[in-house]
Amino acid sequence: MSIMEYNGSAIMAMKGKNCVAIAADRRFGVQLMTLSTDFQKIFPVTEKVYLGLPGLATDVQTLAERFRFKVNMYKLREERDISPKTFAHMVSSTLYERRFGPFFCEPVIAGLEKDGTPFICSMDLLGCINHAKDFVVSGTASNQMYGTAEGLWEPELEPEDLFETISQAMLSAVDRDASSGWGVIVHVITPEKVITRTLKARMD
Amino acid sequence: MADRYSFSLTTFSPSGKLVQIEYALNAVAQGVTSIGIKATNGIVIATEKKTPSFLVDDSTMEKVAVISSNIGMVYSGMGPDARVLVDKARKSAQEYKRVYHEEPPTVMLVKEVASVMQEFTQSGGVRPFGVSLLIAGFDETGPALYQVDPSGSYWAWKASAIGKNMVNAKTFLEKRYNESMEIEDAVHTAILTLKEGFEGQMTESTIEIGIAQLVEEVSFDGQTSKVGKFKKLSGSEIKDYLANIA
Repeated sequence: MSIMEYNGSAIMAMKGKNCVAIAADRRFGVQLMTLSTDFQKIFPVTEKVYLGLPGLATDVQTLAERFRFKVNMYKLREERDISPKTFAHMVSSTLYERRFGPFFCEPVIAGLEKDGTPFICSMDLLGCINHAKDFVVSGTASNQMYGTAEGLWEPELEPEDLFETISQAMLSAVDRDASSGWGVIVHVITPEKVITRTLKARMD
Repeated sequence: MADRYSFSLTTFSPSGKLVQIEYALNAVAQGVTSIGIKATNGIVIATEKKTPSFLVDDSTMEKVAVISSNIGMVYSGMGPDARVLVDKARKSAQEYKRVYHEEPPTVMLVKEVASVMQEFTQSGGVRPFGVSLLIAGFDETGPALYQVDPSGSYWAWKASAIGKNMVNAKTFLEKRYNESMEIEDAVHTAILTLKEGFEGQMTESTIEIGIAQLVEEVSFDGQTSKVGKFKKLSGSEIKDYLANIA
């Protein structure tokens, strides 16, 4: 079994009308044994940018700390918040620095630019960025998430509709993956506030 | 024993001055005049191009340097010292771009260059740079003009002059400058300021001008956007400005 599937995870991000959503499952397991159901895989970067880290759990936590450090230093140096696009390139170059001994993690970034434009992207473990106009997925359930998101997503969704769409897409996808699930957390980022909700899924 | 003499030469005098830095400023004050003016929609930097003999091929001389697509700089003082700083600034700009995939903001580049200049006032076996710099850039916060001195201190200016005649030039700028000036106006004012202390004939080959302003750009996917760009004025462009003045 690949090291990318060792702990299991499912993360996706979606664009809406002047808003973006990012969601992750909450399982932490070792192969088929589930060890906890409140594992954090999405990390706030600024008030308007969130980072999702699916993959090997040890690298998830190492990267989360590393980006916390880098973003704090950026903020002190430049006296401004990092934009999602700039942050995506920071993540990309951080991953590529480890080209020949990579972190086993394929990040997802969601946020709003300074002018309110929605931004989402995903990356492979070497930092190759994938921009999308609709949604991005990553993790062990990515095949399932592609299916559900492709079926449910539509353009120009308002925050509440976007929440419903991403939630249903996540719940349906993780039910068809043994390595992820056991609850879902959703963040909807709007210009005014971030709506965060946790969902119960099939807990078996 | 040899390391005994590698202490920094920049040592405090009993009165609290760093005389080496003051000497460096003297070197700058003997250098050719450079002007920088901030306009509402751009920035201009300009300098005189002085050759020791008319036999020198002045088309090979370059005093206004492009640092990145949105930043340029000009110096007064020792040419070879300035070239070292231009190299370091260009490299630092590319390193920034390598990480964030965007041009550095003017102030970040200025901080980088200023910290190099500061290091050369405190390190062993080196001397301070014999140059002052005017750095002009256009980033998402708009146009900005900075001056960096041999000590490593830097300030943002609306308009400034460095080098020989800087006192006269600054007085002239104080009279001519106004907040609502646009880029075309600023170029004219820069030329007039240079003209004040100019020796000999002012032609397109004896001055150099660089401007930073918003330019429309088409990205690879066909999207147009306005971004800050720095460029040096060509000989014919300078000639047009000079013709308008005379």
